[in-house]
Amino acid sequence: MEVIITDEEIEVLLDDMLQQYGYDFTEYSKASFKRRIQRLFIMDKFSSFAALRYRIKTDQDYFNHAVTEISVNVTEMFRDPLFYKVIREKIIPVLATHPFIRIWHAGCATGEEVYSMAILLKEANLLERSLLYGTDLNPLVLDRARNGIFQVNQMQQYSKNYILSGGLQEFSSYYTANYNLAKFNEIFQRKMIFSTHNLVSDFSFNSFQLIFCRNVLIYFEKNLQGKVLDLFDNSLDMLGFLALGSKESLRFSSIAHKYKQLEDREKIWRKLK
Amino acid sequence: MKDSYKLIVIGGSAGSLQVIFRIFKNIRPGFSIPFLLVLHRNVSYDSALEQLLSFKTSMPVKEIEEKEKIDKGKIYICPADYHVLIENDHSFSLDYSEKINFSRPSIDVVFKSSSEVYKNKLLCILLSGANADGAEGLRYAKEKGSLIIVQDPAEAEVSYMPEQALELTTADHILNSRDIGAFINSLA
Repeated sequence: MEVIITDEEIEVLLDDMLQQYGYDFTEYSKASFKRRIQRLFIMDKFSSFAALRYRIKTDQDYFNHAVTEISVNVTEMFRDPLFYKVIREKIIPVLATHPFIRIWHAGCATGEEVYSMAILLKEANLLERSLLYGTDLNPLVLDRARNGIFQVNQMQQYSKNYILSGGLQEFSSYYTANYNLAKFNEIFQRKMIFSTHNLVSDFSFNSFQLIFCRNVLIYFEKNLQGKVLDLFDNSLDMLGFLALGSKESLRFSSIAHKYKQLEDREKIWRKLK
Repeated sequence: MKDSYKLIVIGGSAGSLQVIFRIFKNIRPGFSIPFLLVLHRNVSYDSALEQLLSFKTSMPVKEIEEKEKIDKGKIYICPADYHVLIENDHSFSLDYSEKINFSRPSIDVVFKSSSEVYKNKLLCILLSGANADGAEGLRYAKEKGSLIIVQDPAEAEVSYMPEQALELTTADHILNSRDIGAFINSLA
């Protein structure tokens, strides 16, 4: 009864996705990719690998669904509150010295981090002169990010995170709750641009003072991690900041010598060269 | 039997910490097979485990880093709030996907992933706990040819987890904590 998709079959799928749709997952960490494919296989009740392959190859909508399920879209507002405390206390004052602030959230999924950052900017009276770019390879999650509508039952956790991050306002003042949904105030969305961008294949599209890319690099093989870090380096202003996930690092990367880590515990680096 | 195992994965939840300390106190110095510990623990008292365990054993203890290669003679600990997967080249990948059995790291995920890579060169040990995590993973690992040890539910501080596993699969050995240590010592 056990579903086993072999490593060879995974290679076949990787090839199909690249040839048919131009999505290059070949340098994704294999174990994680395989696990997601197996999950998709069970979830959508395929009878054989051939059936899964055929569906992906011939049905664009299904492929989009597959991409959504393969990519990990788990995120939350003010995740790792102490990280946001450092952003609030150490990074925001530096951003405030710029006449115009550009921030990129790479791999933003459904946008919870973008809203978290917008709240910090608002509280520092900087939102009006800021622009937050949220990108992801998956158009479906970006639609949700654009809407600014989240499950209301998550708000209690987010509010707790917000307070731990040093937030002093009433978190519920930032959204309107309606039945089980919370819609965030449109002052935030006006300052956000969501667009598809594939870190594997797309180029730098602007320059930023702050780039967030948290818990995305863990899904990439070393070589691809290096390429993506180069892309960030090319997209970051001098003295700009790069923020990674709690288990990610610039250590051993080719751009490491140009950067200085800000705080020992938080994964934020400043570009010095 | 000697040197036939390449990795020992130990999963545990409530009531497993003391068992782990007892096991590692008895592992003889110079033991060469690497260990991977996947324990449910509270994110807030995070890194203490690494330190506590290093007082009990002469083997180097470290929280794994992503893409790190598995080295002989070390004890690796899964970081809080990430799943851990093993790549074919015997390196670790981290994963922040949905919780499994309300857990991240999930023991099921580690047993499954490591058994796909190591097959009959893997030893899986499941200890005390109040959650069904690990049971499905053990069943899967068993199919892949891995050796399965479950802590004797009669000894376990919380017997639910080992009991769930024994309902789902047949363990090769059901042992108390002292015998688990002795069994491991006999391997390499």
